[in-house]
Parts: sequence; C-alpha cells; structure tokens
Amino acid sequence: MSDLLIELLSEEIPARMQVAAEENFARLVTDRLKSNGIAFEKCEACSTPRRIALHITGIPSAREDVTEELKGPATTAPEQAIAGFLKKAGVASVNDLTKRDVKGTDYYFFESVKKGGATIDVLGALIAEAIANMPWPKSMRWGHSTVRWVRPLHGIIALFDGKVVNGLFELGADKSIAFGNTTKGHRFMSDGKSFEVSSFEDYRAKLLAAKVILDRATRKQKIWSDVQETAKAAGFTALEDEKLLEEVVGLVEWPVPFMGSFEDHFLEIPAEVITTSMRENQRYFSVLDKNGKLTNRFITLANVQPTDDGKTIIYGNEKVLRARLSDARFFWDQDLKQKLESYAPRLEQIRFHEKLGMMSEKAKRLEFLAGTIAGLIGADVKAAERAGKLAKADLVTGMVREFPELQGIMGGYYAARSGEGETVAAAISTHYSPLGPNDKCPTAPVSVALALADKLDTIVGFFSIGEKPTGSKDPFALRRAALGVIRLLLENKIALELSDLLKASADLYGVKVPDDLESFILDRFKVMMKGEGHPHNIIEAVSGTSLLDMKTRIVQLGAFLETDKGQDFVAAAKRAINILETEEKKEKLSLKDQVSELSLVAPEEKDLYSALVSISPKFDSHIKKGEYEGAMMCLADVRDKVDLFFDKVVVNDNNPDIRANRLAMLSKIRLFVGRIADFSRL
Amino acid sequence: MEKIKSFQGLILALQDYWAKQGCLILQPYDMEMGAGTFNPATTLRTLGPRDWKVAYVQPSRRPTDGRYGENPNRLQMHHQFQVIVKPSPDNSQDLYLNSLLAIGIDPMKHDLRFVEDDWESPTLGAWGLGWEVWCDGMEISQYTYFQQVGGLDCAPVSLELTYGLERLAMYVLDIDNVYDLPYNDDGYKYGEVFLKNEQQMSAYNFEFADTDQLFQQFTFAENSCKFLLDKKLALPAYEQCMKASHTFNLLDSRGVISVLERQGYIAKVRTLAKGCCEVWSENIAA
Repeated sequence: MSDLLIELLSEEIPARMQVAAEENFARLVTDRLKSNGIAFEKCEACSTPRRIALHITGIPSAREDVTEELKGPATTAPEQAIAGFLKKAGVASVNDLTKRDVKGTDYYFFESVKKGGATIDVLGALIAEAIANMPWPKSMRWGHSTVRWVRPLHGIIALFDGKVVNGLFELGADKSIAFGNTTKGHRFMSDGKSFEVSSFEDYRAKLLAAKVILDRATRKQKIWSDVQETAKAAGFTALEDEKLLEEVVGLVEWPVPFMGSFEDHFLEIPAEVITTSMRENQRYFSVLDKNGKLTNRFITLANVQPTDDGKTIIYGNEKVLRARLSDARFFWDQDLKQKLESYAPRLEQIRFHEKLGMMSEKAKRLEFLAGTIAGLIGADVKAAERAGKLAKADLVTGMVREFPELQGIMGGYYAARSGEGETVAAAISTHYSPLGPNDKCPTAPVSVALALADKLDTIVGFFSIGEKPTGSKDPFALRRAALGVIRLLLENKIALELSDLLKASADLYGVKVPDDLESFILDRFKVMMKGEGHPHNIIEAVSGTSLLDMKTRIVQLGAFLETDKGQDFVAAAKRAINILETEEKKEKLSLKDQVSELSLVAPEEKDLYSALVSISPKFDSHIKKGEYEGAMMCLADVRDKVDLFFDKVVVNDNNPDIRANRLAMLSKIRLFVGRIADFSRL
Repeated sequence: MEKIKSFQGLILALQDYWAKQGCLILQPYDMEMGAGTFNPATTLRTLGPRDWKVAYVQPSRRPTDGRYGENPNRLQMHHQFQVIVKPSPDNSQDLYLNSLLAIGIDPMKHDLRFVEDDWESPTLGAWGLGWEVWCDGMEISQYTYFQQVGGLDCAPVSLELTYGLERLAMYVLDIDNVYDLPYNDDGYKYGEVFLKNEQQMSAYNFEFADTDQLFQQFTFAENSCKFLLDKKLALPAYEQCMKASHTFNLLDSRGVISVLERQGYIAKVRTLAKGCCEVWSENIAA
C-alpha cells in the first residue's frame, strides 16, 4: 500500500477559514479518489496559516482493470439504431458486440476494459481539480492569474510513495505551479530556503526543524499549556477562551507566549470591557487572580522566538494595549456622564429591522411584554417594565458602538450607575441570555421576564414578516432565540402556555400569531429533548398545556417505561388500544363512552371495572398535580386485572350489548392513558 | 538596516527602498483627498493592462478626525505612503517585509503578522483582499490585492501597500504624542510644522466651513464631472469627482448630512467614480 502527501503553500490564509479548508480539501481529494475507483485507508488533514496538507494512506499503487459495459439497442432494433450504437462504441461491426438476454429480449452490449495502470498516473489531474474547486468564503485573483483562490498560492507538494506526482495547477494563460517535493519553513525563524521532503514523516519532521508545528491539535495544546504556564509562573490563572484559542491556532506557526501588563487604574473599567478589548482587538488572553478577578496582565502569543527574549514585543504590545484601554476608558467616562434613561430617545434613529421599525418601538413593546410576563410569573411588574424600557438604551452609547458584543452588559452597568436598582440592572445585563447552549440562563424573576420578552418579540416580529429560518440559513438567529425561550421556561419551571405568550407578543405588533410559529418552537423543543437523550417515540407521544408540562411527561414517562412494570403496563394498554382501533375501523361504530355496570357479566370484567373506578380519584389528583409517574403507577397497579380481562373475557361477544360494553371498558382504559400520552405512538 | 531618527527620515527611507525596487517616485497629488487610494495614480492606473510601479506620499484629509491638535494621535490630515505594483509580483510579501527592515523593523525582534482584512471603498466602487499587517499587536500597514475599481475588474491585479506615516513613525521612534515626533534630525518637531494647521483646520472643518457654499460646490463638481465625462476627459472629470468626495466629507464633519442622506451622497460619488473609471478604460484602450 502507498501513501499520498499533498501540501498547498500559500500566503496567509484567514484564521477563520483554515479548519473548513482542511475539511473541504480532504473531501475534494478523497471524493475524487473514490470516483476513480481508488481505495484508501485514512486521510489526515493539517493546516497552518500558510499551508494546508493532506496525508492519505493505504492507497493501492496500481488500479485493477475495470470492465465497463455499455448497453445498446435490442438485436431486433432498426439498422439505423444499431449503426448509431456501433459508432458510439467505436467498433466496426456487430461481431465486436456481445448479445445478452434482458427480460426476454436480446440486446447488444459493448464491453470495454479500462486498463487500471499505475495509480500515480491519475493523481495529477485529480489533485489539480480538487485545488481548483476549493470553496472559499471569499476568493481573489493575483498578478496575471485568472484562477481565484483565497490568497496567492505559491507551491504544491504532491508525493506518491515519495515520488513527485506529475501534474500542475494552472494559474492563468501562461502561468502554472508544477507539483514538486519542496516547501518552506517559518517565515522568519527558518533560513527561508526551500527544502525537499521525501515522505509525510520527513515532511513533518523537517517542518518542525524549520519552526513550523504542522498539526492544529498539537499547536492548540501547546498554546493553551503555554498560556497556563505563563499565568501560573506569575501566580495567576489564564481565563479560558475557546474561540480565542482556536483563532490564535490559526495565526501562528510557532507560538511563543509573552506576558505583559497595563496600568492598574484601567481596572476601574468593567472587566468585560477589558477582556473584550483584549480579545477582539488584540487576541490577548486575560489573566485572573486566585479569586477569579481580572488582573492587570495579559498574555499574547507571538509567532516568533525573538532574539531579545521578547523585550521589544512586550513593550510594543503594552503600548498598543494602553492606547486601546485609554479609548475604552474614554467611552466609559463619556457614557457615564448621562443617565442610561437619557440615551433611550436616540433609539428612534436606530433600526430594528427595515420592516419592523425602529429600536424605540421595540423598547416600547418590551416594556409592555416584560410587564405582562412578570405579572404572569409573579415577578415585580414595575421593575420588569422599567427594565424593558431601558434594555436597548445602551445601543447608542459609545462603548457598545465600539464593542457591540457588550450590549446588555454595558446597559446593566450603566443602569446600576444611574440608580436604577439591582433588579432592573441585572435584568438589562442578562436580557440577551442564554446566547447558546453553554450560556447561563437568567433565573431572577424580572430578568427571566425581560429575557423572554426580548426573544419572543424578535421571533414573533420576524415570523410576521415572513423572515423564517430555512435550512442552514438563519440570519436573525431565530432558532437560538427559540431555544432561549424554551430554556428560560423549562429551567425556571414556568408553566405558561406557549400560545398565550406568543399572542401577548403578537398583540403588541397588532398582528395575529403567525401560523407556523408555534410548531417552529415545538420542533426546537423536540430537537432539544432528543439532544438530552429522551427517546424519539416518547417525545412524539406527549402533548401538554405548556412546554414544562410536556417535559415533565417526557421525563416521567421515560422513567416509567424503564421499569418492568411500566413495560408490561404499556403492552397491556397498547393491546386495548389496538383492539379498539381495529373494531372502530371495521364497523365505524360509535363507542359508548360509559360502561354500564349492569351489563357486566364475567367476574374478570367486573373486577377490572371496580378497580378502574376505585383508582379514578387518586389518578385524577395525580394528573392535576402533574405527577404523571404517580398516575401511571395507579394504572400499573390494575395491570394484572387488565391481563386477566384479556385472558378470560372475549371482547367480541355474540350479544351486541355485552360486546359494546366490553369495548367501552377498553375505551375507558384508553381515556385513562390518553391523559398521560398517546400510547399508540410508544 | 539604518536607524530611523525622524518623520522625514522615515519617508526618505521608504522612498529610497521602493525606488530601488523600480518604483516611480511621484509627488503628492495637489488636491484634497481622504486617502492615498483616491490619487489617480492608484484609482485609475490600477485599471488596464499596463505595468505600473509607483510610490508616493499622499497627505490624506479626514475632516471628522480633527481634534484641534489636542489628541495625541488623531489628525484631520495625516500622511500615507502608498505603493502600487502592477501586476502584483510573486514575491510581494518579501518585498514588503524588506521595506520594514529598511526602516529598522527587525522581524527577529518584533512579532509580525498578516491578519485578514478585506478592503472596500463604497465611494470608489472598489474592493480587494489582503491583510492588515501587525507589528507587536499594532496595525502598521494595509496590504491589498486590488480586485475591482470603479466596478471594473483589475486585470492584472495590483498590489497596494499603505503605510500610515505618523503612526508608523511614532512606533518606530517610540513617541507617544504625534506632535512630539522629530520632523528632521535637527530638532524640528512635527508639532512645529502641523499643530497650527490642525487647530485652524479643525475650526474650519467643524465650525466655519460655509455649508450652503459646500452644497453648491458639491453640485457644481458633480455636474462638471458629468460634463467632462461626456467629453471623454477622464482625468479632469476624476478631479471633479475627488472634489465632490472631499466636499461631502466636509459637509459630513459639519454635521449637516443625516444618516439617510449619507448613503445617497456616497452613491452619487460612486456613480462619478465609476464613470471616470469607465471613460479612463476607454481612453487607454483607444
């Protein structure tokens, strides 16, 4: 078995595109291997800012001959058709064709043998095609090139078993890059000369010697452990930041950590501001003290081991950060000169959406809706209204215009500084939460009311103008908003009906609740339940008054079904339902809903009936309290009587009255279980 | 590698370096503009098939950035050093990095990075892909492969490098306030040359520019540009386009253009710029 090494050496590829580039290139090459009938074992992809590399192993060095068959017309077809087929097959007479029977008719076939030959012979064209087909979010031409790529491409290694694959990548009319076996190391830390490689191991090792860590995972691990070590050496810890880490991995081939510091007085600015500025503008890691408080340190990853131990780099970075933090401090001081409330009127100039009006209108709606929801969940209505009114005011402050990701958080700080009270400030601060599956959900009642109101208003608004998520497109993050609504309701045990909430929001827009909105949210709910590991059939079987109620049913029904008792009971209940459904279909008979006690004949049916009657009050009370497991246990307790009924009693009695009465008994069982879930779907 | 000691030393070193790479050293264009890109040596010359290698300093005016000389690094007029190499050469990154060496930035002491930054000028109908170049966390240059100008494809593609001279000088010379920059090696400070200019021009830009007249000037420039385009005179037409653009910037800094109007003005200038680029392309094809 042979292996293939490909490297594309380029000018710096944007960090955010590298992972997708690895994956896409691997897919484009392996797809083409497959379609050419070339097997392989494993494909490993690597990338740095300047290169994408693939190592594909377990490729046969030669391809087997492939016999291809071309089906022609029937032997009885007109001469013209046969002549046409001969021409297509490229042979002179029917003697070069074979005949075969297909479903009773003889057809001509042309068999050709595609010579397999050496694998290496087909690789050149295949690789060039894969390179040309790379999908980039944005691509460009350079020099005289007519092809487009993410940035200028400089070299291509294509080695099959150590031999250069014959091939080239056309850049334009008279320029191309021939495949070879050479590459370059680190831009500054190697001697800058090209070097030859003979295999993947050799390639990786020589790159390492030339100060390039090829593998993303290795780089990532090194960066994070370096960052932690650096923080630890100063008696601190580094703030974990996966997104930042991932980006830094894409910015350096040879990461070297340095710690710098800034003046203490900057720590008077909110920590989120400093951390955001350091991350977004400078790609620095934040450093925390033992109590988790932000310190005046930062860690940067250089792409070079400098000759002066980093003196220059640290000095320069500190200087840049000082200017950044001075800016931030300026915004903070400036914004605090006015109360948060005084920013609100300027929301009249900021658009929520072209068809949904200005932010000032949204703020009005939030004021009402947050108040309404607060009333329903027993939270402070006045505080919720106030928080709703001011929630968006920070959008016009200097700080949020500079750092949009601090929206809400800054509003919280400014509210507190404007004397709005803790409850209102906290609600404003967290009203965009939860922002993702790992983000915390607000729990304080007023905060919950506002967070719900903000998301409902967004979903209802966009659905009402027909802006719904489709496929992978969800430009207004409505799925995330829906998940937010779901989590806020479930995690805070709020049993409000979804339709009521949607109506309250739609009323404020003066529209009806868009048709498909409730099912959109229910779908997200089901996806979430599945994600939590609940079985599909249970999720589909329940309905309920609120999402919370549905979840309770799903959880308790799931637990019940995991017991033997539960399994047996479901089997019995389903048997009852099946019989009923069969009989209903057969005769379209309308069932009696009441069992007539007088018409009960067999002792087993009498027993079952009295058992059902006796559990009824307890069952009702469980259902009312949402104790579905308790309700099901009541039913399970009479399961043996159900079984006996099935064993000893013939439902389809000759006497129509007795039969109808027995069917009514089954119907009663169906009614019981139907108050828990649709058991026919289990 | 020679140590740079002054603002003009930096300009001379860059000019000297790029002249040695075969660039024509042009003198600044004698009109107001927002950036070196607006200079016809970039805007128009990056169109068409002919090779073109130039470097020049361009005073760049951004009226809204004025701070009456009171901010250590905000100026209503700063200087850009602009390099255009058409077609973009294969070794363009090396050429650029060597220019940093020429002004004393040693890549083994500093942390140099190419960080994604796509450039777009809505007023010029132009865009390109490239990076901002970081030195120890600070942006020191804009590095762009021009794809389109005036809505027309650039073929071949030009390399554009822009160095913000004041910022770069402050960095190389380790000075925190732009007005303290040594202008030459004999003790002249940047402030002695430009502080009065910043103070007075800020007053003009923000307070005293006659807005009625500026609105008229805009219309006049717009009409002249169209008239000249009809005559197929791309270069004088483009001067009127630059005038319109700068007049718009002044109106903007006087705060008399609303958010909604803004887009309209930008679209007007873009239409002029596109017209100029189209006529220029016809001019050079003829």
